[in-house]
Amino acid sequence: MSDSTAIAHEAHHEHPSYQRHHFETVEQQADATNFAMWLFLLTEIMFFGGLFTAYLIYRNWYYPAFVAASHQLNVWWGTANTGVLITSSFTMAMGVWCAETRRKSGLVLCLILTFLLGLVFLGIKTIEYSEKIEKHHVPGFHYSLNSFLHPETDEAATAAGDKPLPLDMARHTELYFFLYFAMTGMHALHMIIGIAILGFMIFRARAGDYTGGHVTFVENFGLYWHFVDIVWIFLFPLLYLISRHAN
Amino acid sequence: MSDPTKHAPEHAAVHGEHEHHVTPPIVYIVIFATLLVFTALTVGASFVEMGVFNPIVAIAIGVVKATLVVLFFMGVKYSTKLTKLTVGAGLFTFLVLIGMTLADYFSRAWGRW
Repeated sequence: MSDSTAIAHEAHHEHPSYQRHHFETVEQQADATNFAMWLFLLTEIMFFGGLFTAYLIYRNWYYPAFVAASHQLNVWWGTANTGVLITSSFTMAMGVWCAETRRKSGLVLCLILTFLLGLVFLGIKTIEYSEKIEKHHVPGFHYSLNSFLHPETDEAATAAGDKPLPLDMARHTELYFFLYFAMTGMHALHMIIGIAILGFMIFRARAGDYTGGHVTFVENFGLYWHFVDIVWIFLFPLLYLISRHAN
Repeated sequence: MSDPTKHAPEHAAVHGEHEHHVTPPIVYIVIFATLLVFTALTVGASFVEMGVFNPIVAIAIGVVKATLVVLFFMGVKYSTKLTKLTVGAGLFTFLVLIGMTLADYFSRAWGRW
């Protein structure tokens, strides 16, 4: 920047209070923050990508075990949670619009709805996890091979028409559940962090913090929330759907 | 303050390659409905026996849904060139890492033990 422009800027010095002094304009500040948020999300994509890759490699290696183990998931709970999460992404997107157009009560409503839908998602996840605990499908904690060695005694396995697996293959179902808990657990952790931030944002939104023209925080949180939605958009088919017919 | 839809500061148009884009609710509503339709489609498709195409269809629908979320909910379609390049470069690197790793594991004879 040349001296003359610096002086010119000094002269009219009329920028909003939320513009940091090291940015030329509010737009530059918003673009830089948006760029930074995307860089963070890219590291998150790489992180979840590692888990997805591990899942695909082991599914390829221990295919019969992964098919039988995935039959233990309830596709309807998964579908319900997909609907809940997509709806929460929609309410979040509407929240961003409310912030941009300075609709304070609308923003508070959207944030509360997103917060509640996040809790519903975790509630359904809890139901699913407790089923796994009851059937001893949690890896490392008295893991039971019963559903895979004797599928006729297991309701879900019978419904899917599973044949008994040999012992060495049945043991690899534990790996499926390890990856299931690692992936959905890490996803749920992201949801919990998001819900906590939403709780904080609801209070600030009620105080009118995001409806005065400075919408960066709401927008970037929206990016985070949609990213968590995208992770689930891939977890759902990979864990619940793609092995339904394979036997 | 009188006009609630005008939020950009007065000097917004002077600098920068774009004015802050506000996506109208109708876009979000259409995308939301489309995402729900695709969710129903992918669940429906999982009940149809398609052999090797079951996973392919499921992943393809997932990719379409994710693309809609990135372009519209996350607003990449209306964002700066810098953001578009960042997202594109990230996706490319991700696909290289995943693609190379999977190609290696699936093609070696070190196989199934």
